Amino acid sequence: MMRLPRFRYHAPRQLGEAAAILADLGAEAAPLAGGTDLLPNMKRRQQTPANVVGLRGIEALSARSGDPARGLTLGAMSRLGALERDGQLLVAWPALARAAGLVASPPIRSQATLGGNLCLDTRCSYYDQTEEWRAAIGYCMKREGEVCWVAPGSPRCWAVSSSDTAPVLCALGAEVTLTSRAGDRRIAVSELFADDGMAYLTRKPGEILSAIHLPAPKAGERATYQKLRRRGSVDFPVLGVAARVRLGAGGAVEEARIVLGAVGSRPQEAAEASRFLVGKRLAEPEVIAEAARLASQVAKPMQNTDFGLSWRKQATREYAARALRELAG
Amino acid sequence: MARAPDETVTAPADAGEARERTFGSVGKPIRRVDARGKVTGETRFADDLSMPGMLFMKLTRSSVPHARILSVDATRALALPGVRAVLTGKEFPVPYGILPVSQDENALCTDKVRFVGDPVAAVVAVDELTAEEGARLVEVRYEPLPTIGSAEEALAHPEPQIHAYGKGNVHRSVAFDFGDVPGAIARAPHVFEDSFFYQGNTHLALEQHATLAYVDPNGLLTIASSTQVPHYLHRAATKVLGLPPARVRIIAPPQGGGFGGKTDPFNHEIVAGKAALVTGRPVKIALTREEVFFCHRGRHPVQMRMRTGVDSKGRILGHSVETLLDGGAYGSYGMASLHYTGALETVTYRMDRYRFRGCRTFTNKPPCGPKRGHGTPQPRFGLEVQIDKICEKLGLDPAQWRIDNAVPPDSLTANWMKVGTIGLVACLEAVVQASGWKERRGKLGRGRGLGIASSSYMCGAGHPIYFNDMPHSGVQLLLDRGGGVTAYCGSTEVGQGSDNVLALLVAEVLGIEPRDVKLVTGDTHLAPVDLGSYSSRVTLMMGNAAIEAAERARDRLAIAAAAKLGIPPERVGFGGGRVFDVSDPATGMSFAEAVQRAEGAGGTVGTVGSYRAPPPPARYKGGGVGPSPAYSYSAAVVEVEADESTGIVRPVKIWVAHDIGRSLNPVAVRGQVVGSVYMGLGEALMEEQAFKRLPPRLSSALVHLGPSMLDYKSPTSLDMPEVACFLVEDPEPAGPFGAKEVGQGPLLPIPPALANAVHDALGVRVDEVPISPEKVMAALRSPSRRFGPEGFPEVPWPEPLDVPPPWEGGDGNARNEPPKPPRKARSEGTKP
Repeated sequence: MMRLPRFRYHAPRQLGEAAAILADLGAEAAPLAGGTDLLPNMKRRQQTPANVVGLRGIEALSARSGDPARGLTLGAMSRLGALERDGQLLVAWPALARAAGLVASPPIRSQATLGGNLCLDTRCSYYDQTEEWRAAIGYCMKREGEVCWVAPGSPRCWAVSSSDTAPVLCALGAEVTLTSRAGDRRIAVSELFADDGMAYLTRKPGEILSAIHLPAPKAGERATYQKLRRRGSVDFPVLGVAARVRLGAGGAVEEARIVLGAVGSRPQEAAEASRFLVGKRLAEPEVIAEAARLASQVAKPMQNTDFGLSWRKQATREYAARALRELAG
Repeated sequence: MARAPDETVTAPADAGEARERTFGSVGKPIRRVDARGKVTGETRFADDLSMPGMLFMKLTRSSVPHARILSVDATRALALPGVRAVLTGKEFPVPYGILPVSQDENALCTDKVRFVGDPVAAVVAVDELTAEEGARLVEVRYEPLPTIGSAEEALAHPEPQIHAYGKGNVHRSVAFDFGDVPGAIARAPHVFEDSFFYQGNTHLALEQHATLAYVDPNGLLTIASSTQVPHYLHRAATKVLGLPPARVRIIAPPQGGGFGGKTDPFNHEIVAGKAALVTGRPVKIALTREEVFFCHRGRHPVQMRMRTGVDSKGRILGHSVETLLDGGAYGSYGMASLHYTGALETVTYRMDRYRFRGCRTFTNKPPCGPKRGHGTPQPRFGLEVQIDKICEKLGLDPAQWRIDNAVPPDSLTANWMKVGTIGLVACLEAVVQASGWKERRGKLGRGRGLGIASSSYMCGAGHPIYFNDMPHSGVQLLLDRGGGVTAYCGSTEVGQGSDNVLALLVAEVLGIEPRDVKLVTGDTHLAPVDLGSYSSRVTLMMGNAAIEAAERARDRLAIAAAAKLGIPPERVGFGGGRVFDVSDPATGMSFAEAVQRAEGAGGTVGTVGSYRAPPPPARYKGGGVGPSPAYSYSAAVVEVEADESTGIVRPVKIWVAHDIGRSLNPVAVRGQVVGSVYMGLGEALMEEQAFKRLPPRLSSALVHLGPSMLDYKSPTSLDMPEVACFLVEDPEPAGPFGAKEVGQGPLLPIPPALANAVHDALGVRVDEVPISPEKVMAALRSPSRRFGPEGFPEVPWPEPLDVPPPWEGGDGNARNEPPKPPRKARSEGTKP
């Protein structure tokens, strides 16, 4: 059995108290939500925080307000397993419900949270290994080592953003609140991420991702999420395609946003594909083919997940097309 | 589809006396005797064992793939508070290994490490975390050596030698000619040559290996461990620890799956025993999943070349198989695995002449060994896919070809394998009919297809692992005055249902309920030897021993009951917990009273039974691998959806038929069939025990690609299609009440049937497993419409043994080796 390393556990009851602990301890502390990411990483010694700040006792993090007409605010501790069956989500934000329901497996989703899935540590086949395995390769720059094994000449880390909900929330134009001792700041979900496998979040060490804000869907708006992975369950995405379009009365696309997951260190905006779609009709197969081709160009898969990278690149086009066909249909 | 799923097919041959017999519990879908504990979570697996004062052990494992050990310094580990002992290779100078010819492991490495994960030291501490921290403090200095990463590299680089035996880094190579195959192929109107690759994969039993060792107050060292082979572990542990066998006891608690992954004696088991002796305290070790990947002993990666000459009707005139195995860092069962890549090639379809060449290499990776199907799924894949190609070229229906070319019952094959009952044709007919093969194959449209394959497996190896003339299985019964029966057998319940078989057979003979049979199994101290849960041997071998012991008990009870009833003993019947007059069933007594009368007449009622496999007709050197008292047969049709735009293949439905001889418990049999299908699908579609090599400039690491259940892709329940299972019953005279094996055979047809289905769906051949989407896409883009190995490496084969097939004369000996003296006939415990 793999054992957790030794650490001090903090159990704040108030958000402010948690923020204060995090402010005092800085990088020495890690917030713990569902634990499905942090705890296995600690067992493998990828992360060894001296302090763990448990968020489960803070009621405010499970709060919820709003509705489909005004927009919805979800506490960061909302469990993925509840969101996949959430009546309001299924009606107004079905793409998010689908993405939540495609994360890992049912037992993990019963613990895993939406905030945790957004903050999911970036993943890499050279990094998501035990201490002993990483010692055998001399570690990597994301933890203890010098080199990025994915691209040994590279100055940066290429670990992969592997969240299913992040691309969807980006495509939906959702926002998050970050709470610290200094107060709250609210930013777009797309601004939460940075293109670096190590410093992959713009969240500062003293901040807690406390809430997720979903904008009310506009008339004619539809969104979806397509996930590619080896198996029917359990696996992280090797590709996620989130797509949202708003169709005008005549059926033409008035607004589009396509965001790819798991093909870079952050969710990748397929901006050119999104622009191309405006004014076009999804019913035309060549429109979908061209948009899918443009979308696949922003995919920059590296050889550090399941499957070969050239196949993943090919599959991006097919899965982008599937997502758009679903929205057309 | 005329036939409803999940039915039992009675072969036409099954009209004999065995069928007329009426059974009590045999053949009925009754609850397993061990089911309740497993369902309620009360079964105590090895990792559930705990004792007062128990210490915990962790192993320091090599971080380099190949190196000389310069020094091992335990100073810092010993200084850690809570650490009670550190053991190193110095304590384990005596080598061991499962096969007498490959005693090449040390419980802790002495002079060299041979793969990342090879254990160098053991740290024993008051808790598991301290042991883990201590293990990281053991300082090992290595002198790195160049690494051998593949079978080709092993052939190309005899130096540095991973082991001091073998030729360079070739562990062993073998060559056999059963008739003149090149001549037969030269004269054949059609010749097919194909190269295949079958990737290595691992067992992935849900239960990770765990061991608890302790010394009892009388000085008896007890090692309770998740092992499929307590008897062989007993031999290895006594050898390495230098203890008299009577002072060592091995207990094999029930296991959460083995599949061959717990069939070697393992270093952690022996080291835990030593640690218990050194500390005087119970010592527990529970391996992590990553460490289980290091134990491995799984499927060998095998490259193959097959050349087959057929006549105009597709009949095989000559068949040649060459195999190259990547064996990993140790011998393990490798010598047997090597022979198995050729031994069962002949037992399904008639072939006039057969030629086999095999070579096993050492590489700096966790050792390969036996996994469900042991060495036979790889050549089975090649053969079944090649037959599909032959049929395609000659315009034959591959299902009909198999029916037309099936080996007939009671045959002696080209390589001298003696097969008895053969349910192959009935299996093929069942899946052909149920799947709608004749109407649907080739007509499902692009992207959907059907494929067929069949196979055979042994019901127990004909020889034990070490040479001896003792039984392969022994059963001892004790009948008590309350009407209970205790059955003692060294057999090991690994989840396959062996405990249930033992209780069932004893109960059947004595006419009582299986749950009234108490079991003492998996314990070298309390029960007679059974060689272990491997090679699908337990039902047949333990079963025959159990029947013999029970019949001897029944005979004693019959005599005593007959005296009371005033009838001849032949008229005494057993059933429903009673002993009675068969011509007047109302007259009789309870089973308990019959036991009391027998005890009164002749003393304590205890009997024994034993079983030893009959001597095989193959006499040539190497002919000891492959013979079995009986062979099971299987056939499968797989239906797939294959996506042309991504290459993703999804099995839609599987029809599988298995020749079980007789189902002792049809529910348990079906469970094994479906489990085999599941495992076969994993191998066919995604599972890979694959390795990554880093550039020498940076670290030269040779590491497992992903030693976890997340990264090692095994299908989930959502990836599993519907399986329609058909059981073909044609009682096998050598089996207990006609039963044959089911633990391994039904895996074998799945990978080739799936490959053949992909061809039906998309018109492409993927001549290797796993059949990943990348490979399907590569095949779709290739002008040859094929993905697979191009050719076969140059292997320096030894001088072949020249063994004429039975129909070309000879007596099973090789012409070019000294003949062996005729074998003594055996009688004791051997069924005709």
